[in-house]
Amino acid sequence: MKVTLSWLREFAPDIDGDPVELSETLSALGLTVEEMTLIGETVDGVVLAKVLDLRAHPRADKIQLVDVDAGDGKAQQVCCGAFNMAVGDLIPFAAPGTVMGNGLEIQQRKMRGEVSAGMCCSGAELGLSDDHEGILVLNDRVVPGAELGMGLGAAIGLEADVLWDLEVNANRPDAMSVAGVARDLAAALGVDFAYPDFSIDTGGYSEAEAAEELLTVEILDPTLCGRFVATVLRGITVGTSPQWLADRLILAGMRPLNSIVDISNYVMLELGQPNHTFDLAAVPDGHLRVRRAVPGETLTTLDGRERELIANDGVITNNSDEVISMAGVMGGATTEISEETTDVLLEMAWWDPPTISRTVKRLNLVSEASNRFRRGADWGENIDRSMQRFIQLATQLGATAVRGFVDVAGDTPDRTPLAVRSAKINGLLGTDLSAASMAGHLASIGFGADVVVSDSGVADLAVTIPTWRWDTETETDVAEEVARLYGYDNIARTVPRGELAGGLSDYQVRRRLVRQVLVGFGCDETFPMPFLAPGDLLKAGLADNGVTLTNPLVSEQSVLRTSLLPGQLKAIAYNQSHRCAEVRFFEIDHVYLPPLPDQLLPDEREYLAVALAGSEAPEAVAALDLIERELGLPNVVLRSGSPPGLHATRSAEVVVAGRSAGVVGEVDPLVLENYGVTGRVAWLELDLGALLDGPRRSHKYAPVSKYPSSDIDLAFEVPDEVAASAVESSLRKAGQDLLTDIELFDVYRGEGLPTGTRSLAYRLRFQAQDHTLTDAEVADVRQACIDTVSKRHGVSLRS
Amino acid sequence: MIETLRSTAAEAQARLAEVADLDALAQLDVEFLGKKSALTLAKRQLGSLAPEQRRATGQALNEIRAEIEGAVGAARDRLARAALSEQLEAERLDLTEFRGTARRGSLHLVTQARDRLEDVFVGMGFTVAEGPEVESAWYNFEALNIPEWHPARGSFDTIFVNLGEPEEVMLRSHTSPVQIRTMENQKPPIYIVAPGRTFRTDTADATHLPAFNQIEGLVVDRGITMGDLAGTIDEFVHAFFGGDVKSRLRPSYFPFTEPSAEFDISRADGTWLELGGCGMVHPNVLRNCGIDPEEWQGFAFGFGIDRLAVMRHELDDIRELVNNDVRFLRQF
Repeated sequence: MKVTLSWLREFAPDIDGDPVELSETLSALGLTVEEMTLIGETVDGVVLAKVLDLRAHPRADKIQLVDVDAGDGKAQQVCCGAFNMAVGDLIPFAAPGTVMGNGLEIQQRKMRGEVSAGMCCSGAELGLSDDHEGILVLNDRVVPGAELGMGLGAAIGLEADVLWDLEVNANRPDAMSVAGVARDLAAALGVDFAYPDFSIDTGGYSEAEAAEELLTVEILDPTLCGRFVATVLRGITVGTSPQWLADRLILAGMRPLNSIVDISNYVMLELGQPNHTFDLAAVPDGHLRVRRAVPGETLTTLDGRERELIANDGVITNNSDEVISMAGVMGGATTEISEETTDVLLEMAWWDPPTISRTVKRLNLVSEASNRFRRGADWGENIDRSMQRFIQLATQLGATAVRGFVDVAGDTPDRTPLAVRSAKINGLLGTDLSAASMAGHLASIGFGADVVVSDSGVADLAVTIPTWRWDTETETDVAEEVARLYGYDNIARTVPRGELAGGLSDYQVRRRLVRQVLVGFGCDETFPMPFLAPGDLLKAGLADNGVTLTNPLVSEQSVLRTSLLPGQLKAIAYNQSHRCAEVRFFEIDHVYLPPLPDQLLPDEREYLAVALAGSEAPEAVAALDLIERELGLPNVVLRSGSPPGLHATRSAEVVVAGRSAGVVGEVDPLVLENYGVTGRVAWLELDLGALLDGPRRSHKYAPVSKYPSSDIDLAFEVPDEVAASAVESSLRKAGQDLLTDIELFDVYRGEGLPTGTRSLAYRLRFQAQDHTLTDAEVADVRQACIDTVSKRHGVSLRS
Repeated sequence: MIETLRSTAAEAQARLAEVADLDALAQLDVEFLGKKSALTLAKRQLGSLAPEQRRATGQALNEIRAEIEGAVGAARDRLARAALSEQLEAERLDLTEFRGTARRGSLHLVTQARDRLEDVFVGMGFTVAEGPEVESAWYNFEALNIPEWHPARGSFDTIFVNLGEPEEVMLRSHTSPVQIRTMENQKPPIYIVAPGRTFRTDTADATHLPAFNQIEGLVVDRGITMGDLAGTIDEFVHAFFGGDVKSRLRPSYFPFTEPSAEFDISRADGTWLELGGCGMVHPNVLRNCGIDPEEWQGFAFGFGIDRLAVMRHELDDIRELVNNDVRFLRQF
């Protein structure tokens, strides 16, 4: 919402002060100043000049030579890129030495060999309009008595003003108008706020006709329309608006179109009341009906598009019950004002905000008008005032209004006084305000607020919420108004001290530890966005079952990942393309598996991935070992197999405490090729959330034996299909409690061994808790180990 | 004889002082102290001496032996030291050749910022809550007092998911759904912060990402006031940004808080930087979670995490946070 100081002062003449301080005051009211512009201040040194001659540049097509008289009676030659002036035109001229608003100093120079001694200025260069293209021609704008060489501001009678661009929140329908902003600002500054007299002298009325006689309005659905006011203006000529009105619209960010549209917009900006004009000739019998649409009805709107209507939409129909306008959203083409229009049906109404909001959303038809209706316009006196203001402005342009309005009521929000407890307000805000003080703050912005003293002497409030605050309903809403006017900064700051201890959960602490372990393992943490392109999962050898987005920004981001693999491969490929081949990455983040049966939301899980470019599978196993140790995972088993997307003979499923918890190994070479990754990639992906929530190893300590230990080495010839972990498990079973440590210290393939087998050499440490083992005991347990392994796996001790 | 032996001892001292290796030392040891040495032979002859002579001579022989043994020990020590220093010299390493061979990885900037925020709030008595990133309309909007028609819904620029009815499931557009999930599952008092990823239909550019990170705070307790909100934010700002940084609240609007505010922090040049939104939890939100707003009051606040990382490290393009360029990641 853009407002100027001069416009605000029409409602509160005593608003005054330093523009920066006024900006602070507006922001402190919740009308955040996004931008403040000082206007009417022209650039020093820019003067009124006259075009004496125009000549083609002998060596350039896109610039011409202009002779100007800047007040000294001499012709100054200027090279100029604009061609919109004629000899005799008055223009703004910046002589050499002038510093423009953008900091550029104008200098005399040569352009393609021709002297250019200054600059003819566009409106944009002076901050007077948005036009960058043409030179600002001032013939119609100079004040009487203006002379060449006079400062531009004085020459065109500019007055200093301040323009604010305010961010207006959705709960401030009132502040979508100049008057509403003025009311707030006046209250904060403690100055008076009053509406000007918008009534017209009787000359503008046609006493012969009354609106009641010309128009019939029926509200068929009172939940749709709270109030519908209409009248007729005759003798309209659609022309150009007066300059002052056009200037204000431009400053407010609207483009002047024609006098009727401009007045309509002006009234909406000034008073917040959107309004609509029908060509009276296109409304048979002056008969309007207000109802909700019947599904299947259509309307061709002002923008020429045919709109299909649904039951929620509010419509205005004619005497044949044909839809001629969409209530509060957009008018119909058949009743649009045209150059031939002479008589206008002027309508101002109050529409149910949720209804308008739904239609706006469905049709994506956001407009200045619908924005005001859906936040809740004013159904009270402001409609009458806005009608008067429209008529006042239209009659100034020669129109004649008929007598009175047609005024039909539907349902409007309840405005019986609301009981507000002063203790509740103080308790919410942390203040100690009296009821009278609260009432004063509320009254300053037009709330009715009476102090009500109960029998027990407690002073509370009866608050009448004004009709321009549709958003305000409850005691808490009223508390916000009190706080706003009291000043958020004036509320004393305290810090609550809860009884609870703060802290991270066990899950969160251990997740941080996993991160640190992987950082220590030399991995950089990555953080890709969780979106994938269609086909990314298939390219990674995974099921193509990712949940898809309804309105993705781009199709490359239209699928939610079910694995961290595609994102990691993309990251590796990206880095490899930037000559960083052997990156070591990890990621802990969400994946979104398809919803479980009877669930609406995806099965969202927190996964851990480790991707080691240039490393082979054992490195990923090492990462798993570190995490197993850090988290104290019980019974981690690698189950052979080739999980999707992984190398057929170098990968396994990770099983923790009997449950599948992820995969480890290397990425399938075909998958790497699909993603443009070179070299091997060791890969570990775990359902970290399940592991953090799952069982852990016992905390209980195992006593360290005081007795000597004995080491023996055993090497077995083991076929490749028998996992080392299986042999180890057999050794542990045979060694029972005496086997305190086991190390696979050598794996040998090659000469001396049959193809498809390898030698696994273990060092076993035996120790008893309660005595020194005898040679016989060690020999027995050694034999038990050999026998168990031989029997279980059919393998022999290597001699 | 004693005189002869004393001169032998002097000779031994002189030769031992110059001995250059352990082999030579062993030979000298044999020569002067061995079975065939003059000293040993002299000791054998002690028995043939008269008793009065035997005692004095024996004492002199012992002195001479001790003298020579001492010299052998000193020579051995000298040689051992020399050998060790030779060995050390041979093992010389230029340690500067080994700098940078081990590499620690790095935590992502967002993780670092998030951890710091969590730590500050934990110190203030908060716990850390988390929730899903894909949410239903109930958690993302309705329970937060944003009904289906509300104009504020449009301002969230929500990314919807093809599950359920149209616009029923979405990528959460803020972390506020965690407020609802927490209040549904936990009775007050509640002091939580909820960091996490949020989503908007923002095209990625230097200052926007469609997926970004926020942190949300929620306090529900007896007698919580707006003064508590302002004080908590102030305390956080001091702890996180430093004691000189001031905070202020400005009226604003969020459907789930009333009164609502934006909060700003002061910059060194005296201007203010808008950091986030906050307010007193709307009574409808409390009711939606089965909490009686007459008994309990609360406040909530939220702000961006990524932006803090951007500010701290003076990033000029927020997309660096998701590009995963190792040349970027390794700087931190």
